[in-house]
Amino acid sequence: MTFFDGLNVTSAFPLAELEVGEHFYWEIGNYTVHGQVFITSWVVIALLLITSYLGTRNLERVPSGLQNFLEYALDFVRDIAKSQIGEKEYRPWVPFIGTLFLFIFVANWSGALFPWKIIELPESELAAPTNDINTTVALALLTVLAYFYAGISKRGIGYFKKYIEPTPILLPINILEEFTKPLSLSFRLFGNILADELVVAVLVLLVPLFIPLPVMALGLFTSAIQALIFATLAGAYIGESLEHGEEE
Amino acid sequence: MDSLTAAASVVAAALAVGLAAIGPGLGQGNASGQALEGIARQPEAEGKIRGTLLLSLAFMEALTIYGLVVALVLLFANPFS
Repeated sequence: MTFFDGLNVTSAFPLAELEVGEHFYWEIGNYTVHGQVFITSWVVIALLLITSYLGTRNLERVPSGLQNFLEYALDFVRDIAKSQIGEKEYRPWVPFIGTLFLFIFVANWSGALFPWKIIELPESELAAPTNDINTTVALALLTVLAYFYAGISKRGIGYFKKYIEPTPILLPINILEEFTKPLSLSFRLFGNILADELVVAVLVLLVPLFIPLPVMALGLFTSAIQALIFATLAGAYIGESLEHGEEE
Repeated sequence: MDSLTAAASVVAAALAVGLAAIGPGLGQGNASGQALEGIARQPEAEGKIRGTLLLSLAFMEALTIYGLVVALVLLFANPFS
């Protein structure tokens, strides 16, 4: 770690700190956790909860303001679920896919839009919670649990028959796929968000004013797309396990 | 970290990103070209084509990002140091 301390430049501009691989450790019981991720996730969760509470406090027949916006968001996540899982069975999965999408979306954008740098930590820095591999792996594993649950609840133990379809020769590849799915899901999100923040940080280091703005806008765009992709893929995997049950 | 490991890691990180960018670059160019062709032929389908194109571009981009993750691991969390 000492070799690359040069990269953790604390220049005249405190905005341009690059602190990858340094964490603000908390000891909880026997576990060591990354505190900065917890703080930012709590902020994101609180933001989502407060918004949805305020928006749905007194529902009106003709929506306006925040309620209108929330209805639009609900429509959006419902469309993701519907297009991936299908008209018939999408309904129970809307909460899961919607939560994934909204959490990842707000988390990604919070990294760029929320003025985290005001708050000083003894070590590390506050940034998007999704730029820590642990967050994205947790989300990916939740997705894996979800589609296993979907398949098994639909088809019982016969769900595992999909491993020897179309022929038993493909068994190793099918099992390997079970590992590559969460791996690619988590790495894609983690890499994209971290890359965004690194590119912005490097540019801010070189030219602190105005020049990084287009890249920041691009970062906002890609992080929105990444949230959409994560939710879409989760929906696609769940839809796939549900579909396997329907063939017979 | 001794200097040999450090040098090798830096070179490997550069290669990881650089090589990982080749394939997705070709793929993205191909996909965008085809999408343009589709829009030129059928301008009314533009919205649908654009949505699908953006989604698939992001998938291809993910491949480079895997290379980037490897590079970042080499630079910031080197297992050999």
